[in-house]
Amino acid sequence: MPLLRCDNLSVGYARHAVASGISFSVGSGDCVAVVGANGSGKTALLRTLANIMKPLGGTFSYDPSVRPGDVGYLPQQNPVQRDFPATAREVVLSGCQARRGLRPFFTKSEKSAADAALARFGAASFAGLSYKTLSGGQRQRVLLARALCAGRKMLILDEPVTGLDPDAAADLYSTLAALRGEGLAIVSVTHDLPAGVEDATHILELSGAVFFGTKEKWMDGRSGVCSVCGDCVSGSHHHHGAGCRHACAGKGAQA
Amino acid sequence: MTGILETLAEYLSLDFVRYAYASGILVSIATALLGTTLVLRRLSYMGDGLSHVAFGAMAVGTALGFADSFVVSLPVTAACAIVLVRSGEGKKIRGDAALAMISVAALAAGYILMNIKPGSSNVSGDVCTTLFGSVSIITLDETDVAVSAAISAAVVLFFAVFKNKVFEVTFDPDFAAACGSRKRAWEAAVAILAAVVTVVAMKLVGTLLVSALLVFPAVSAMRFCRSFAATLVASALIAAVTSAGGITVAIIAETPVGATIVAAGAVLLGLSCAFGRK
Repeated sequence: MPLLRCDNLSVGYARHAVASGISFSVGSGDCVAVVGANGSGKTALLRTLANIMKPLGGTFSYDPSVRPGDVGYLPQQNPVQRDFPATAREVVLSGCQARRGLRPFFTKSEKSAADAALARFGAASFAGLSYKTLSGGQRQRVLLARALCAGRKMLILDEPVTGLDPDAAADLYSTLAALRGEGLAIVSVTHDLPAGVEDATHILELSGAVFFGTKEKWMDGRSGVCSVCGDCVSGSHHHHGAGCRHACAGKGAQA
Repeated sequence: MTGILETLAEYLSLDFVRYAYASGILVSIATALLGTTLVLRRLSYMGDGLSHVAFGAMAVGTALGFADSFVVSLPVTAACAIVLVRSGEGKKIRGDAALAMISVAALAAGYILMNIKPGSSNVSGDVCTTLFGSVSIITLDETDVAVSAAISAAVVLFFAVFKNKVFEVTFDPDFAAACGSRKRAWEAAVAILAAVVTVVAMKLVGTLLVSALLVFPAVSAMRFCRSFAATLVASALIAAVTSAGGITVAIIAETPVGATIVAAGAVLLGLSCAFGRK
């Protein structure tokens, strides 16, 4: 039984579906990279899976062993938080809110989980600083640590490398790979191609017809010659919209 | 100087002056705590809107012949607060526009009613007092002090026990929802408390000045506090000092008490900006 299964899911805002026919499943230790052009419904899908918005059609369900406090969500950064007086540690600790429930205060083990999460994402050195004085990349690490506190079984990440410099992004990818090795399932929206899909086991592509399959199958579908960089794509599967262009741009930048 | 101290001592020997100090300090602590969450949720203007609604509702209460118009103004204001807290979420009318319209309409309706069904012969005096607070020292009795103390205790207790929850739904409501927190219930709880405190604080400083008690202490505290916990404590302390200082100055300088408290809040904000670290 997978941890999460979606059947013919439609997601969108105000009854207007931006993506539909989404079917996929995520098991323990899987990493699903969600790719697609802007507006293809990636964020809407994640917000639906995080129970922030209701699905417009179809169903999704978590394994009974997964409780709300076991899924950690990393949202895109929101402007209201930029001048919020809160220490990085307070923000990370709020990731334990589901475990805490109606109990007013955090236990020692919850506090040490927060400190461990801060250390894991290289944020321990600024744990006591005010969130509003942190840089964009530092804030991102804090929010990742918060997601880790919340997600003991699964992480749902919306563009995790936003604001991170290349070294920090590489660190993040290796941290996520290690977490996956520990059995965590990861669903991650990414624009960072090809680095963002390097460690993925599965790809969910939302541009045009929905594609879900192993990364190998997805790569096969993109075999052929690309008109832009002359090295990827144009195979039998026609699911290479913006994702392909990003891949080419990524390769071009590396060359 | 001794003259001033003598005046103060003379005033402090009077019961209603001591009541004014007690109520002022207690109520402003409650407004400061709630104001912190409103400011952080970008709802600073809500206190102002709520007090206008309360003004209109009070006029309705008086016109209907209730001895204590709180019977009408409390539930109406609380209902408005809940609507306004949620109004940002993709409704047809945007939150700030809804707030502006509700608050000015309630103010107009209240003034019309006060003229049609006057509570006393001096309508303009009544209106002025309701809008700006008493001209001289506020006359309160033991019941007022008891009500202020009860509300202040309730709010302080709420924040002491649920500080973490309040932080979570304020800092990131979406994340709180993803964690299974009942975001709407907590928002409603904060909205209701804000409404109650606004209605009570109106008696102290008047309808038009009450939002200062909500906003000044929070913004002052945010100038120099790093953590959410420290911001809450600092804004409560700043509010207490503001009220005590404002009432004292009002006694000495014989200025209107509500406006003087607000002016004291503005001075403390200036000091926080000048000396607080960013």
